[in-house]
Amino acid sequence: MFRIVEKKALADNIYLLRIEAPRVAQSAQPGQFVIVRVDEQGERVPLTIADYDKAEGTVTIVIQTIGVSTRKLCALAEGDMIADFVGPLGNPSEFVHMTDEELKSRHYLFVAGGVGTAPVYPQVKWLHEHGADVDVIIGAKTESLLIYTEEMAKVCSNLYIATDDGSRGFKGMVTAKIKELIDVEGKHYDECVAIGPMIMMKFVTLTTREYSLPTTVSLNALMVDGTGMCGACRVSVGGKTLFTCVDGPEFDGHQVDFDEAMRRQAMYRAQESEANERHNHKCNCYGK
Amino acid sequence: MANKIPRVSVREQEPAVRATNFEEVCYGYNAEEAQLEASRCLNCKNPRCVSACPVNINIPAFIGKIAEGDYTAASAIISEDSSLPSICGRVCPQENQCEGSCILGIKGEPVAIGKLERFVGDWSLENECKGCVDVTPNGHKVAVIGSGPSGLACASDLAKMGYEVTIFEALHKLGGVLVYGIPEFRLPKEKIVAREIDNLRKLGVKFETDVVVGRTITIDSLMDDEGYDAVFIGSGAGLPRFMGIEGENLNGVVSANEFLTRANLMRAFDEEYDTPIYVGKSVVVVGGGNVAMDAVRTAKRLGANATIVYRRSETELPARREEVHHAKEEGIEFRMLTNPTSILGDDKGWVKGLRCVEMELGEPDESGRRSPVEKQGSDFEVECDVVIMALGTSPNPLLKQTTKGLETNRRGCIVANEDGATTREGVFAGGDAVTGAATVILAMGAGRKAAKAIDEYVKSK
Repeated sequence: MFRIVEKKALADNIYLLRIEAPRVAQSAQPGQFVIVRVDEQGERVPLTIADYDKAEGTVTIVIQTIGVSTRKLCALAEGDMIADFVGPLGNPSEFVHMTDEELKSRHYLFVAGGVGTAPVYPQVKWLHEHGADVDVIIGAKTESLLIYTEEMAKVCSNLYIATDDGSRGFKGMVTAKIKELIDVEGKHYDECVAIGPMIMMKFVTLTTREYSLPTTVSLNALMVDGTGMCGACRVSVGGKTLFTCVDGPEFDGHQVDFDEAMRRQAMYRAQESEANERHNHKCNCYGK
Repeated sequence: MANKIPRVSVREQEPAVRATNFEEVCYGYNAEEAQLEASRCLNCKNPRCVSACPVNINIPAFIGKIAEGDYTAASAIISEDSSLPSICGRVCPQENQCEGSCILGIKGEPVAIGKLERFVGDWSLENECKGCVDVTPNGHKVAVIGSGPSGLACASDLAKMGYEVTIFEALHKLGGVLVYGIPEFRLPKEKIVAREIDNLRKLGVKFETDVVVGRTITIDSLMDDEGYDAVFIGSGAGLPRFMGIEGENLNGVVSANEFLTRANLMRAFDEEYDTPIYVGKSVVVVGGGNVAMDAVRTAKRLGANATIVYRRSETELPARREEVHHAKEEGIEFRMLTNPTSILGDDKGWVKGLRCVEMELGEPDESGRRSPVEKQGSDFEVECDVVIMALGTSPNPLLKQTTKGLETNRRGCIVANEDGATTREGVFAGGDAVTGAATVILAMGAGRKAAKAIDEYVKSK
């Protein structure tokens, strides 16, 4: 069992949970994920790590309430226990293998969408600590859904905010902001990292391709075990079938078949909405 | 004459009933039936069954004790060579091993050795406290990676020798393939697997679930920082294989590992549990092994029309005969000499069928089995909503990638000698991680051999 040591509401239906998991915290690196099972009946849900503190032995995850499992998780309070918390899983981001010398001359552009902003944070923080130059675009539908803006501002060179409705920062999609930065402001980047909804990552890669800007994406495929056993998370990358859990979760965004990935992500949607209905019927205590 | 008694048939759930539930198919023998069946054994001078058993259980001796009604003695004889009789009695391919070489089988039916082993195993789970062995701690620590058959067997022997053993399990539940792979209707989880594990707990074995060795911790950190004198790797088989044909990433194509894990480990068939599973109206399982049978029978129980597609003929089916027989009784359709060539999808990317080709048997290949050859122009389509690939696995590369000096072979399996010693000092391995997908009994045997070698290694240090 793993204890929740901190819980915070970050935005509408988005919560931060800091979990006591010393072994996971000790080994965690930027880009990796964990699998969480809330209780005996729960699913194994993959969630990207949003922060970790090796000294305190805690790992932070950020969750948006979407289905039954995420709602069950977000209904827990500080001090409550989570049945299972396993990780860190997947490979760390490529850049952790670079030397500080290499990193000091590199310019990164991170594009974070919605709840995907959380896993961007430890990567930017890590790069910042190792001397790389990092710009960040955080995109959200509207201001009330923005998360991690203050924390991010502290660890990046420039923070840009883009909202679909213009309620804060740039009005428009993150892709338009990327174009503006490169075309109007004359920015140069060595690499772009996009983490957020599949559809956002797809359009970011289409945009960066125009500039031949190498782009890494972090895929949130469906998984069961997360250790390379089930194959649920398979994804086509450059025409080859790879497993997100053992080969990823980060891939060359220009090689990923996003249309297939999005379709596969929806594999259990019918069952999920049925389960949601059942859950609503049973219990009215969650996230209104 | 002893051999005039016909083989005592075993009571089973009615096929029509069991095809709709997940309760165990076979009820096993009661004491009376077991004694009668035991009386059929000829107690051969040169018992061929013993040499055909991968761990050489003294079969005539334990059967003799059953006939006498001395089940404690029978249990003691089995436990000299096997630590999991309730499990092996259920899942061993006896027809190719002990029972396959029983003299009685030449003219009639062999002694039901598997069912007798199961009887003794279940009896001792009910009546004996297996953990009540006096153990003197020897002050040495051994880490076991994986709580499947090889890990459990290795841990059990080491604990009895006085080692402080900790088993690290990646999943949230203990038992490895015994819980995520083999379905409840073949191997009950609470009644059998959990109790075997409880016996290890009583011996003082510690368990840590949710630890992926290679990610959460490494073998190096276990030995260098946590003070383990030796490590046993029983991490099992790994990544599911696919055919590499068109349409394999359509929605509705899953590996047998995924399908069975959802049903067995995650209990997706139970509405109280949150994990979803999808069967649609009809399911095709590609493959002919035990895993294929488990998947197809699970699909049937979830309400689908379920079919096996296999490229060779029925005699080549690698699955246990009993499983094939049970599957047929339950209404599974078998399409032999059929090979899928592509999976067909609808305009939304969901499976709508399987394109297949008929096969015929040609010359025998290296394995001695006649290799199937495509019949030109015999293409046809099978309608289905779900395709389950049960084609075996290839090893998980995680431990090799994260352990200095641990070598793997061409196929990615961990290199280990007869006693389980790997290329890294103090690290031993056994089971599917070494052999590739094999059987519970072989994994258990490898775990026990390694326990002995680990003891010798630690003492020699």
